[in-house]
Amino acid sequence: MASKSTQNLDEVTIRFAGDSGDGMQLTGTQFTNTTAILGNDLSTLPDYPAEIRAPQGTLFGVSGFQIHFGSTEINTPGDSCDVLVAMNAAALKVNLTSLVDGGAIIANTEGFNDKNLKLAGYESNPLRDDSLEKYQVYEVDITKLTELALQDLNLSSKLVDRSKNFFALGMMYWMYNRPLEPTLQWINEKFAKKPEIREANSRVLKAGWNFGETTEIFKVRYEVAPAKLKPGRYRNITGNQATAWGLMAAASKARLDLFLGSYPITPASDILHELSIHKNFGVKTFQAEDEIAGITSAIGASFAGALGATTTSGPGLALKTEALGLAVMVELPLVVVNVQRGGPSTGLPTKTEQADLLQALYGRNGEAPIPVVAACTPSDCFNAAFEASRIAIKYMTPVICLTDGYLGNGSEPWLIPDVNALPDISPTFHTNPDTFMPYLRDEATLARPWAIPGTPGLEHRIGGIEKQHQTGNVNYEPANHELMIKLRAEKVERIANDIPAAEVDGDPKGTLLVVGWGSTYGAIRSAVLKHRAAGHSVSHLHLRHLNPMPKNVGEILSQFKLVLVPEINNGQLVKVLRSRYLVPAVGLNKIQGLPFKAVEIERKIEEMLRSY
Amino acid sequence: MSQLVDQIITSGASTPAPKYTAKDFQSDQDVRWCPGCGDYSILAQAQRIMPDLGIPRHRIVFISGIGCSSRFPYYMETYGFHSIHGRATAIASGVKLARPDLSVWVVTGDGDGMSIGGNHLIHLLRRNIDVNVLLFNNQIYGLTKGQYSPTSELGKVTKSTPYGSLDYPFNPASLALGASATFVARTLDRDPKHLQAMLKRAAEHKGTSFVEVYQNCSVFNDGAFFAFTEKETRDDNVVYLEHGKPLVFGKQRDKGIRLNGFTPEVVSLADGKYSVNDLLVHNEQDTTLSFILADMTYKPSLPRPVGIFLSIARPSYESEMQRQIEFAREKRGAGDIAKLLASGETWIIQ
Repeated sequence: MASKSTQNLDEVTIRFAGDSGDGMQLTGTQFTNTTAILGNDLSTLPDYPAEIRAPQGTLFGVSGFQIHFGSTEINTPGDSCDVLVAMNAAALKVNLTSLVDGGAIIANTEGFNDKNLKLAGYESNPLRDDSLEKYQVYEVDITKLTELALQDLNLSSKLVDRSKNFFALGMMYWMYNRPLEPTLQWINEKFAKKPEIREANSRVLKAGWNFGETTEIFKVRYEVAPAKLKPGRYRNITGNQATAWGLMAAASKARLDLFLGSYPITPASDILHELSIHKNFGVKTFQAEDEIAGITSAIGASFAGALGATTTSGPGLALKTEALGLAVMVELPLVVVNVQRGGPSTGLPTKTEQADLLQALYGRNGEAPIPVVAACTPSDCFNAAFEASRIAIKYMTPVICLTDGYLGNGSEPWLIPDVNALPDISPTFHTNPDTFMPYLRDEATLARPWAIPGTPGLEHRIGGIEKQHQTGNVNYEPANHELMIKLRAEKVERIANDIPAAEVDGDPKGTLLVVGWGSTYGAIRSAVLKHRAAGHSVSHLHLRHLNPMPKNVGEILSQFKLVLVPEINNGQLVKVLRSRYLVPAVGLNKIQGLPFKAVEIERKIEEMLRSY
Repeated sequence: MSQLVDQIITSGASTPAPKYTAKDFQSDQDVRWCPGCGDYSILAQAQRIMPDLGIPRHRIVFISGIGCSSRFPYYMETYGFHSIHGRATAIASGVKLARPDLSVWVVTGDGDGMSIGGNHLIHLLRRNIDVNVLLFNNQIYGLTKGQYSPTSELGKVTKSTPYGSLDYPFNPASLALGASATFVARTLDRDPKHLQAMLKRAAEHKGTSFVEVYQNCSVFNDGAFFAFTEKETRDDNVVYLEHGKPLVFGKQRDKGIRLNGFTPEVVSLADGKYSVNDLLVHNEQDTTLSFILADMTYKPSLPRPVGIFLSIARPSYESEMQRQIEFAREKRGAGDIAKLLASGETWIIQ
């Protein structure tokens, strides 16, 4: 056996890249789960094309999955990768810019045949010329080795080809000293009824590991020690799964049935898929004929006494707009989850963006205020969905919960919360005919009573036409309309009394405050920590509640000389902060369908501190 | 079902329907349709049949979209939801799926139901959710003051079509059948007895019931259906479909419908060539026949068919949904959030 040395690393970033049919998402997910079980902190970024099976070998068919893991706090999927696994030439070409100088390339040589080189637009083979000089290149004929491992099984060449991602995974498991068992177990369960595939994948996975162990190619393997995470039971979770569970947990806490009306849309469909599994919780999922039926069926379910929810992405939210106004008018609980993606129009369906904030805040006809909350990490989608549900039920209002493609598809380890410690949600249905008027409001919250069909003596009619104060009858009187507009606005404003004060990470007073919302959290935190470690006066404020905002936001902003607002859009929160609090906040905007790199924010902070 | 809703259902179920009269279904709101509007009759017949259903008022929900007909829920002393244009069928779907214990009715029009709301209507029908849809067809847009509708006759001159409309009209019955509806009927605002009978049959049907009601708009399309509703003309222009009976019509009951191949034709029973035995006998459970009968609608040589085109049994969506939930509970036990969160691969950090 060759002599191998082991090096310790604090953190490392690996990117798996291949054809969209090569199973890179699966490979990445398996590596992630195993890494999570080992106790590393981690963050992932799946990056896949909108086409389901783009022509093989082409640049636009490349699918990637990046994982950043370590023994330290990990806040982002990594600005660049240390290791690039390239299953073909196109994957190398598309992803090479993400690789650090001196980084490692593990290239599947069969993926660099003439045909693949041509499809990727290479004039000469980069593995043969000196264009990859500044990297460590490991050439492995993964395709061939996979075939050899399976030659006695008499499988179709298609099946053999489909197993090769497990070879790459096995090699990486060896290189980073991870056990095979979790993936072997997964293979056993997943392919329990397909023994051929089960055998093939298990065998190839082991072959990849053995290849690392026995050949001379790899001289070093790496050790990444477990991170110092808060004690407790952990699991790995994606944002979309966390959103689904947050809705379920809220419904369960409130003793309501959860009803989801939804129309499939990337990147939100996984929430629908997840909720569809849990019928034993009484969750009712309804794949509607369109986005409008998704939201209106949910409004109907809320009218009937369920927690109505609908999940979508930007174009879907646009279609739901009129119904959102109806939900404002009839004052029923409704949770609308928008997993944002690149827009406008169809835009970049599989890429992330934060450009629907103003749509969520203002995008309706008439005066139609809606509470808005946002999740900041994949696991935080649970909290955001739960909080959106709590507000919707307590205040009898639609609530928009913003996540995005990066959060929805990204994953991280999650300290499983104690269900009993979740915030209280305790709705009551009104039942007393003697005290009932459909729009007689609660004095504290201004919420109207929830009186559901089936309750004797409370027969009443609601609708989208302006309501008379208290009676809820159709009313067109000028003064009443103004009063109702003000009451609906006041109801939403009062939610500010019921949410925690905003907390600054770092000194509550100083030179520069970075304000963020949503998925920029990790990149901002990394950048701010770095500057703080260098002794700079930089703090971080991250907003969960975007409408209403915590009462102390204005006060916090006034304690800093400079305010920076990084966003994956053309400047939306920054507009709101400038207009509401009259502060000279400046934006840092990236609109490339990709999350921020921490270094991009670091540099901007540096520039602002320098010129200050 | 969750405990909260259960409490309401239980207490509501223990309050049985008292002996109602039609008056018990009149709300305190002033009815505001135009004088002579066909909606008055439909409202009156609906209020008249409600006591016969034996369902307490608090378990009945009327849902509407936008349009003249959609004001209907305000006048019914039941639960009601006057929603947005075209979406009543989708809202009703949510209500019924969340609460199969409720009697859910949709009131819509030719514009609301088949133009802006056409998509939701066809999907409701194919899913067969147990909702009763009353489509008031006046062949005109009333609330927006007189534009042509998706059922207006070709060449209709209106404010928006001064040179005549160019789009061929929908035949609501054919549309519903094409969408795999399980109950399709047509009735007339000016035939109260028939209208009542159709409403009752619709209420009894398990699954989506689709009832097209020819409704006179006295302001923008007065007399559109008079050929089928007025004493002088109706008997020669309408054939009533009755299950198991031959299709006979005419003032003297001297005409009938016979099938020539797949094509219905009018034959005389007076000249001795044909007898009742030669006539087409209606079978409301025959899907193929229902298409043939509905297709008679715009044929000038044929009388207008009125009655139940089709009434067949097919499992309703909400009962199947409930079955899946019960199956999942049997198999996996009632859900437990704490267990869910800790399911799959987890690990402990000390």
